[in-house]
Amino acid sequence: MNPLFIKELQTIVGEPYTLADPESLAVYGYDATPELASRPGVVLMPGTADEIARIMGLCHEAGVSVTPRGSGTNLSGGAIARNDGVLVQTSRMNRIIEVDEENLTATVEPGVITSTLHREVEARGLFYPPDPGSMNISTMGGNVAENSGGLRGLKYGVTSDYIMGLTTILADGSLLRSGGKAVKDVAGYRLNPLLVSSEGTLGFFTGITVKLIPKPQVKTTMLAHFPEMRQAALAVSAIIAARIIPATLEFLDKVTIKCVEDYAHVGLPLDVEAVLLIEVDGHPVVVAEEAAGVEVICKKYGCSFFQTAKDENEALKLATARRTALSALARLKPTTILEDATVPRSRIADMLKIIQDSAKKHNVIIGTFGHAGDGNLHPTCLTDERDKDEIIRAHKAFDEIFDAAISMGGTITGEHGVGLAKKKYLPRLIGESGIRVMQGIKHSFDPKGILNPGKIF
Amino acid sequence: MDYIKLINCMRCGMCLPTCPTYKETFLETASPRGRVALLRKLREGDLDQSDRLLTYLSFCLDCQACATACPCGVNAGELVAEFTCERKEGKRMGFMEDMVLRKLLPHPERLETFMVPIRFYQRMGLQRLVRTLGILKMFPKPLERMEGLLPDLPEKPLRRVIKEDMQARGETRGTIGFFLGCVMSLIFSEASRATINLLTVLGYRVITPKNQVCCGAPHMLAGDKEGLKTTARKNVDIFSRPDLDFIVTDCGGCGAELKKYSHYLEDASSVLFSSKVRDISQVLAMHADELKLLLKPLLLKMTFHDSCHIAHSQGIRKEPRDLIRLVPGLTYIELENADACCGSGGTYNIEKSEMADLILHRKLDTIRATGADAVVTGNPGCLLQLKKGLMDHLPQVKIMHLTELLAKSMNT
Ligand SMILES: Cc1cc2nc3c(=O)[nH]c(=O)nc-3n(C[C@H](O)[C@H](O)[C@H](O)COP(=O)(O)OP(=O)(O)OC[C@H]3O[C@@H](n4cnc5c(N)ncnc54)[C@H](O)[C@@H]3O)c2cc1C
Ligand code: SF4
Ligand code: SF4
Repeated sequence: MNPLFIKELQTIVGEPYTLADPESLAVYGYDATPELASRPGVVLMPGTADEIARIMGLCHEAGVSVTPRGSGTNLSGGAIARNDGVLVQTSRMNRIIEVDEENLTATVEPGVITSTLHREVEARGLFYPPDPGSMNISTMGGNVAENSGGLRGLKYGVTSDYIMGLTTILADGSLLRSGGKAVKDVAGYRLNPLLVSSEGTLGFFTGITVKLIPKPQVKTTMLAHFPEMRQAALAVSAIIAARIIPATLEFLDKVTIKCVEDYAHVGLPLDVEAVLLIEVDGHPVVVAEEAAGVEVICKKYGCSFFQTAKDENEALKLATARRTALSALARLKPTTILEDATVPRSRIADMLKIIQDSAKKHNVIIGTFGHAGDGNLHPTCLTDERDKDEIIRAHKAFDEIFDAAISMGGTITGEHGVGLAKKKYLPRLIGESGIRVMQGIKHSFDPKGILNPGKIF
Repeated sequence: MDYIKLINCMRCGMCLPTCPTYKETFLETASPRGRVALLRKLREGDLDQSDRLLTYLSFCLDCQACATACPCGVNAGELVAEFTCERKEGKRMGFMEDMVLRKLLPHPERLETFMVPIRFYQRMGLQRLVRTLGILKMFPKPLERMEGLLPDLPEKPLRRVIKEDMQARGETRGTIGFFLGCVMSLIFSEASRATINLLTVLGYRVITPKNQVCCGAPHMLAGDKEGLKTTARKNVDIFSRPDLDFIVTDCGGCGAELKKYSHYLEDASSVLFSSKVRDISQVLAMHADELKLLLKPLLLKMTFHDSCHIAHSQGIRKEPRDLIRLVPGLTYIELENADACCGSGGTYNIEKSEMADLILHRKLDTIRATGADAVVTGNPGCLLQLKKGLMDHLPQVKIMHLTELLAKSMNT
């Protein structure tokens, strides 16, 4: 990148926050997505929204691309910048501006870590439910841009369900405010749902106002062991069909269980094919009733052992262990290619069968875990990037899995986003007209195409 | 270094929030994930071994917090240490390094003589004068830091004065070989005295061989693998008596190193040696019930700082906490992020003083928030770093080794 241009950018953010040495650029070339990397032209770490606006203004004028980045944990290549582009890391903008206990909202800067917000609001008896597995490091900006889900998605929904107001810097450096603290708002098009999950392609979030809800009074965490995967999947559908909506209904298969137990030592069973991690929360009477209902259903579907966490600490340990599933799978093989196919939840059992069959057919190891209650599974292929043949087979297996998901009325990605990694599957899902509409939206926000180019389509 | 260890990192970022240097800087180059990536790119020829790259790596404290956090078994700290060691290996050592590693550390009596002038200068009361006048400002920064970190030294190093063979009080239940770390002996001799005392009270005969040598951690840091092996061999031989049930140390850093001897030497005697090594808290916790009967009330508000070498390297967290809680009358308050590094990191606080100060202040803030009267920890590096930090910024808060607390409670 032109050194003079870098100098200009440097006058905005300051010297310590402008990184252009080869070593820095090399390690800012990746996010958590396997197989993808590209060195940015320069990395900036602004401290204020105003600095971001000035960066955008300058880049817009020069026609240089800008890629926002939080902590670089997304799984679709969304935070990988172009060689001639600017990567803007938001970590320094990490202030919780306000927790408004009257309106039940919180307003944060984009670099606030998700679990930091959890702690802050929970200390006041409030609750911000979205809790991606990466919540201890993912940023709120990243969560909004990817519309992240989490372990509590089944009952409480995903990030977009909590976004009330956004302050966004547009491609030309101008400011857009959408939504706010008012719970009702029908003034013109609803921009928030559009901006949420825009993967950094429509605007740069500098302020985020989220909805808070009262913290559930109690919760019960349970672990159900199943000798067969299918039994666990059927139990998931049956629980929901019985009108019980647990906060958490997570699935882990045998491969995943073993890896997680190897790391976390929380006493997961090594001799079963699957476990379900279930959490019900709310009013004590309801919780007791629902927990009992869950137990009955699990047993009916062949659960061989049903365990209830004896205290908060044990519950936390189980949930924390579950959050490590993806990384723990990498204990077995260096490259983990994970997918995010999502189907209507009544089809979970069919989906699991297809995953198993594809793995066998293409001779690859796939460990599967995920938000079963949301129909959102993460089949993860354990492979080694140095084994080119195996990588090809892995992608073939995923091709089939995606096609199956689409044919069941599902989607190619439930929460990780399209980014670079799933671009080629998007037309299959939404067709040419879908792509055309999305491109039109992109064009009206960013006619020069400088915001995170190359992502989504 | 095995290439596979580098490509095992799947870049999930789970280690980032626990890394002290990332927390201070938000720089990928100062994070475990970034450090592994730097090493990998260097290995793959994507990056040259530039001074800048070495500087980035040198900010790693080797605190191992990332290893605890990493679900897929990557140990960024160890990889950086291994790289540094390999790079230095075979290179000619500088005068100071040669003197410390080859001439002083393998010979405890020389090390002790070397310390004499410092002790003399402390006793003469010159210390205060010098400190106030700031004469040390004229010396290079590291020396000044080193002086600032030193608490008052004991009259005599413990190794010189302790009896080599201490009989158990009452009936003997076993024999322990006591590994007396250099810093414990030279600076925190009261804590190690307390350690030996506790063990004898609990019925152990304690053997403290006078000819034992440095654990080898400094050699590892300096890339002196030969020196490390010689040192390890010597200690294994000295402690190879069959009557020893355990080899105990009250120095977290030494304990972590001694447990690795089996990897360095790879022979039966070293495997046996390493398998017998215990941190003092592990042995004391085995006898918690008896210990409890001996403790008298202390009306203190206490908190506990996990030493990296004990919590992250050795995975010991529960035992020290359980032991502190044994003391009647004591209020225990858990420290937030108790297992976050204090910034000591071997000689890190001397070489990277600015970063070490930032990390230290984060620790001091959490200590302040507990409102505790005193902090307990189990490693001399942390004792030094925190003692100085508390003295300067929170003088009302005391710091002590775990065994000092227990001894105090036993003797009140
Ligand atoms: C171990 C692990 C577990 C995970 N678990 C889950 C899970 O349970 N559920 C889930 O949904 N995801 C999960 N993820 C994926 C990932 O953590 C989320 O996508 C997260 O929201 C990314 O946050 P980040 O701060 O790392 O963003 P980054 O990866 O840095 O960026 C993600 C995208 O957001 C854009 N962006 C970042 N900040 C801004 C901003 N201020 N304005 C505009 N655009 C911005 C970037 O350009 C990029 O396109 C997991 C990832 C890992 C590694
Ligand atoms: S070192 Fe471990 S925790 Fe850190 S990014 Fe790599 S795999 Fe994830
Ligand atoms: S050893 Fe400590 S300082 Fe080094 S990378 Fe790991 S957590 Fe960071």
